[in-house]
Amino acid sequence: MKRALIFAALATALSAQAAQAHAFLDHAVPAVGSTVAAAPTQVQLFYTQDLEPAFSGATLADANGQPIATGPAVFDPRNKAEMVLNLPRLPPGHYKVSWHALSVDTHRTTGAFSFDVQP
Amino acid sequence: MRFTRFAALATACAAFPVSLWPMQTHAHGFVGDRFFPATLLTDDPFVADEMSLPTFTVNPKGPDGSREIDLQTDISKTLWPDIGVTFSDQWEHLRPKGAPVATGLGTFSSELDWQFFKNAEHEATLMTGVNVSWAHTGRVQALGADDFTTVSPLLDFGKGFGDLPDSVPWLRPFAITGNFSVDFPTKTESAGTPNPNNFNYGFALEYSLPYLEENVKDIGLTGFFKQLIPLVETSYSTALNRGQSGQTIGTVQPGIIWAGQYCQIGAEAIIPVTRQTGNGYGGLIQLHFYLDDIFPNSFGKPLFGSLP
Repeated sequence: MKRALIFAALATALSAQAAQAHAFLDHAVPAVGSTVAAAPTQVQLFYTQDLEPAFSGATLADANGQPIATGPAVFDPRNKAEMVLNLPRLPPGHYKVSWHALSVDTHRTTGAFSFDVQP
Repeated sequence: MRFTRFAALATACAAFPVSLWPMQTHAHGFVGDRFFPATLLTDDPFVADEMSLPTFTVNPKGPDGSREIDLQTDISKTLWPDIGVTFSDQWEHLRPKGAPVATGLGTFSSELDWQFFKNAEHEATLMTGVNVSWAHTGRVQALGADDFTTVSPLLDFGKGFGDLPDSVPWLRPFAITGNFSVDFPTKTESAGTPNPNNFNYGFALEYSLPYLEENVKDIGLTGFFKQLIPLVETSYSTALNRGQSGQTIGTVQPGIIWAGQYCQIGAEAIIPVTRQTGNGYGGLIQLHFYLDDIFPNSFGKPLFGSLP
């Protein structure tokens, strides 16, 4: 009986907090490590948890590590698990996206990945 | 005047956390872009709020033909963001060859750790601490639990290889963790058997599929497979004195960890390396909870201070 109560309490705690945890990158467009034929106009980042927009963002750099002006990351109020970085016109080359995310329960995660634009 | 200063200080202290809201937490096993899972055999190089419940181990047969099965639990709690404690104990089931089965608690141990170095760019971390196995906290006569206390200062490290150049992308998901410690028992012998000082060392080599997918190359893994971390752990203990110098016990343990949002499940085979360790094979499976994710606003955060 005691064990059942402990298990029930643990299960309740888990289910009650089911929308909170570290936010991991689920996938991105362009895809992580991909090569695209045409220069993308934006980078879309999809996370496993909702984010705090004020404390989350992304930057873009070229193959030499020089930052590329993109403006701030944009969030859809209806889907806070998606972050969008609008891009200027990109010439062919190698690019690196660096992101930081704060999930709604204040856990912080960071990541970075590259993609290539074909000549 | 004194009251006024106290009131001002109290007001500032009360306002400080509010001004930082939401306070950011960056907990279990993260250094930069790298997530280090909780390893099953060797010590983790980070402080965290986490709990293993249970770790079920079927050990290889001992040199005397005995077989031991353990059910272990441990719980770790952060006191400050970089300082934490761990408590662990295990229930043991010992089947000696030609003798009755003995069951009961093993030696209770506690550990105080300080994660004193973190470098996000190079995914590197160092932790020092002291582990204490406490005398007479288990069944000494039946199970051979310690009748002496052992104090073991330790040094743990972790290093991810995400900082390798893009020319070797498939190596970047690798990470290695390791630990070194020396045992100082409070009794030189127990029931005629010497208790030597031991040098303990262990390593875990991991290949993180989550890191591959998120930071290197999206190869299309989804769901369960995207969260797997294959690893090989190995750990040794070498006696330094008291007539047992050079005697080493150790195991190699290949396995895999599935790391979810709130918990991880790990399983490893146990292969003894030396004759003193035993023979045959064993295995273990562990269910491990990330308490900082399950209870982010209560038990899962440091008792004092906030994380950077």
